Amino acid sequence: MSTNNVMENVKLTAKDFATNQDVRWCPGCGDYSILAQVQRVSPDLGIPKEKFVWVSGIGCSSRFPYYMNTYGFHSIHGRAPAIATGVKLANPDLSVWVAAGDGDLLSIGGNHFIHACRRNVDMKVILFNNRIYGLTKGQYSPTSEKGKKTKSTPYGSIDFPFLPVNMAVASGATFVARSMDRDPKHLQAMMLRAAAHHGLAFIEIYQNCNIFNDGAYEPLTDKETKADNVVVLEHGKPLIYGKNNDKGIRMDGMNPIIVDLSKGDYSVNDLWVHDEFDENPGRSFVLAHFADLKDFPTPVGVFRQIQKSTYDGDLFAQLDEVTKQKGKGDLANLFRSGNTWEVS
Amino acid sequence: MAKDFEVQVLEAVTVRFAGDSGDGMQLTGSQFSNTTALFGNDLSTLPDYPAEIRAPAGTLYGVSGFQLHFSSLEISTPGDSPDVLVAMNPAALKVNLKDLKPGATIVVNENAFDAKNLKLAHYDLNPLEDNSLAGFNVIMVPLSKQTAAALEGLQLSVKDVERTKNFFALGLMYWLFDRPLEPTNAWLESKFGKKPVYLEANKRALTAGYYYGENTEIFSTRYHVAPAKLEKGSYRSISGNEAVALGFVSASVKAGIPLFLGSYPITPASEILQELSNFKNFGVKTFQAEDEIAGIASAIGASFAGNLAVTTTSGPGLALKSEAIGLAVMTELPLVIVDVQRGGPSTGLPTKTEQSDLLQSMYGRNGESPVPILAAATPSDCFDMAFEACRLAVKYMTPVFLLSEGYLANGSEPWKIPDVASLAEIPVNYWKDTETYHTYARDENLSRPWAIPGTPGLEHRIGGLEKAHIYGTVSYVPENHEFMVRMRDAKVKKIQDDIPDLEIMGDEDADLLVAGWGGTYGSVTEAVSNLRKKGYKIAQVHFKYIHPFPKNTKEVLSKFKQILVPERNLGQLSKLLKAEFLKNVIEFNKIQGSPFKSSEIENKIISLFGGENVN
Repeated sequence: MSTNNVMENVKLTAKDFATNQDVRWCPGCGDYSILAQVQRVSPDLGIPKEKFVWVSGIGCSSRFPYYMNTYGFHSIHGRAPAIATGVKLANPDLSVWVAAGDGDLLSIGGNHFIHACRRNVDMKVILFNNRIYGLTKGQYSPTSEKGKKTKSTPYGSIDFPFLPVNMAVASGATFVARSMDRDPKHLQAMMLRAAAHHGLAFIEIYQNCNIFNDGAYEPLTDKETKADNVVVLEHGKPLIYGKNNDKGIRMDGMNPIIVDLSKGDYSVNDLWVHDEFDENPGRSFVLAHFADLKDFPTPVGVFRQIQKSTYDGDLFAQLDEVTKQKGKGDLANLFRSGNTWEVS
Repeated sequence: MAKDFEVQVLEAVTVRFAGDSGDGMQLTGSQFSNTTALFGNDLSTLPDYPAEIRAPAGTLYGVSGFQLHFSSLEISTPGDSPDVLVAMNPAALKVNLKDLKPGATIVVNENAFDAKNLKLAHYDLNPLEDNSLAGFNVIMVPLSKQTAAALEGLQLSVKDVERTKNFFALGLMYWLFDRPLEPTNAWLESKFGKKPVYLEANKRALTAGYYYGENTEIFSTRYHVAPAKLEKGSYRSISGNEAVALGFVSASVKAGIPLFLGSYPITPASEILQELSNFKNFGVKTFQAEDEIAGIASAIGASFAGNLAVTTTSGPGLALKSEAIGLAVMTELPLVIVDVQRGGPSTGLPTKTEQSDLLQSMYGRNGESPVPILAAATPSDCFDMAFEACRLAVKYMTPVFLLSEGYLANGSEPWKIPDVASLAEIPVNYWKDTETYHTYARDENLSRPWAIPGTPGLEHRIGGLEKAHIYGTVSYVPENHEFMVRMRDAKVKKIQDDIPDLEIMGDEDADLLVAGWGGTYGSVTEAVSNLRKKGYKIAQVHFKYIHPFPKNTKEVLSKFKQILVPERNLGQLSKLLKAEFLKNVIEFNKIQGSPFKSSEIENKIISLFGGENVN
């Protein structure tokens, strides 16, 4: 059975995926948009409502399952990928989703995250990256930029941040994408793509915390500056950005270079053409690395999508295979395996 | 060639094989155990090995031992002091000498007593020559040379030849104790069928050892230990870890739902994971997680989704699982947590046994976090208690602890194979009814419904935040919190109605009660039995259920003037008994990484009788 059984009878709506619980995020929080987009696309996934399981850890965004009218598990800090793995292995027929913040997924839960990616468990992991600890009221996170002044770093943080996309790619995730809370259309598109992927799908969502880290992504989301700071990745298309679509990225060996398309030195044909399905992860790293390069635009979209066997698929295949070889287990025989003797 | 040897009939014998950790002593001991089991003796074993996989050869800390107690009567311990020691080198002799019975037989590999090995074992003089072993019956065997002679002509390296000498020693012991070679030969066939040269080498060494006994006059006597009169039935030899694995598979079959094990390898619990990973044709899913926390977290996820979920670990791993156990308490999901205890704290003594995680199991979590605790008494009891832990977990929708320990996990004994039909059914009724469903509604056992993802109309959310009674929504209402804290506690206490009463063994009218728990069962039982034969009046109880205690515990404890609690920790059960029953108990504690000798308990009891021998 697949999780993509088309619902033939009643088409659900976004409202069917909302619970009667009051949503308790701060007014203006980026989480509202993410919740809205998820509820909007969920009816279109062709998955019966009872087969969704949302698993989370601890943090503002981890309240997410309480607001989704599906099965949900608000667990403990960092452990959502491990709990979700257990859910999927218990019943591979379920569509398993993880909602996690940057502290939850990358700090305390970093180990579970990379191992879930490595195993390619068929589940979706949605990272709400606001680059701050919100629920504990404003300490820096593993994605906070170096030098950031927060309540726990009054003189500036001396930590280098993680690039979550790189972590996911390096760990073996088979679908890796990035989107933003303030771009609902793009976010919905990414959700649909992730849902359709068979294997571990990871979406990093840049999410604004308007209380403790307001405006962290403003240059990427503000109408005035967005075009110059964001490059939208599309398969088979060149990396072009800028208000007038006049900037592009070309590769010089493994080094990306920004070129000006308006001066006649370079044309579209000279640019890096994005290939989502590239088996070589190298280009994904280069793309993610733009964040560390001065003046480079931030890529959003699907960085990478490849096909590999899933852990859950292989597990059940092995159960079937061994059962075929040995026959269905019989307790009486099992008890008597090895040497036995009779006392009469 | 066969000579006439005097054959002495013995009731019971304790043999210890000792050598370097690379000498194959565990294998030698387990082969002797299997053969002895097949021969029909009752037996109990105690493997004792260092934490280092291959400590430098010849050193004192690299000595690995395997002790085996076998008898024509029923026995319950691996034996206090060996009657026979097989020492493969000077270090093995030095480490084990202090444990031997006066006058014990020591079989040594005399070829290993060279200057280098003597120095490594810190012997200034060769103990085989300085008369320091005068009180023992020392049998010197040129084990290395004889093995090499037996293997002449085979295409083997010097190292491989040397590694085969344990089978020579095994053959010699088979001769001495009148055991057949066939079971070990059959095992060799299955093990080395594809490597004929190793098969031939080991068979030759085994046979050569046997005939070395027959044809030389090093022993004047052979020993015969007749088969034991065990209860009628089919038997096999089983270790505690194997028994836990079989108990879980059985529970899965009887519950009709798949078994899911989330685990991370840790000594001395890893064999449960390894065993269960073989049982794929029973639908058993074993998930070797990235760490201890993921082990239990995945099991909790699997339990939420309807599998029979278990996790296995030892003390340090249990510490890591604490927070997740609290989550299972809060979400009221069935889960069995096996703690195969070892010496602690911290990394402690990884390969040595202890019973010091009782209070960690009882209290090692934040908040009021009650979890039922069961403790297995013997290796074969691990089967029953693993099954029982699953039954309680599912019925009461709760995590349940099963405490085992290194000594039970690695030790083995005959197991009377149960009739599959006689095992209780474990009813599992996933909730289906959408009309009456509430996440935290409760049945007569105070259990909440198990409504698993995939069931239409029962979509609900659970989690670590406090939940409202019945409806299961997040609730910070003060009165609700206290109500739910008390409810979770009451649910666990209710299990008292569902577990057997304490059974008083021995003299009900005695003044002294000896109360054991978990792995002290064998030593306490043997000590009490020995002393009662001598005329002491003693009663005994054994706790296999510690949280909650059996219903009649208070009544039982009130019957006796003195209560002795032997345990291998600083008095953890004693603390619980004192706290719950306001009853003074006499603590008797040993924390040396090994089981009690029954003589230690006997001496303690005798001292409570004023040191008088009642005879």
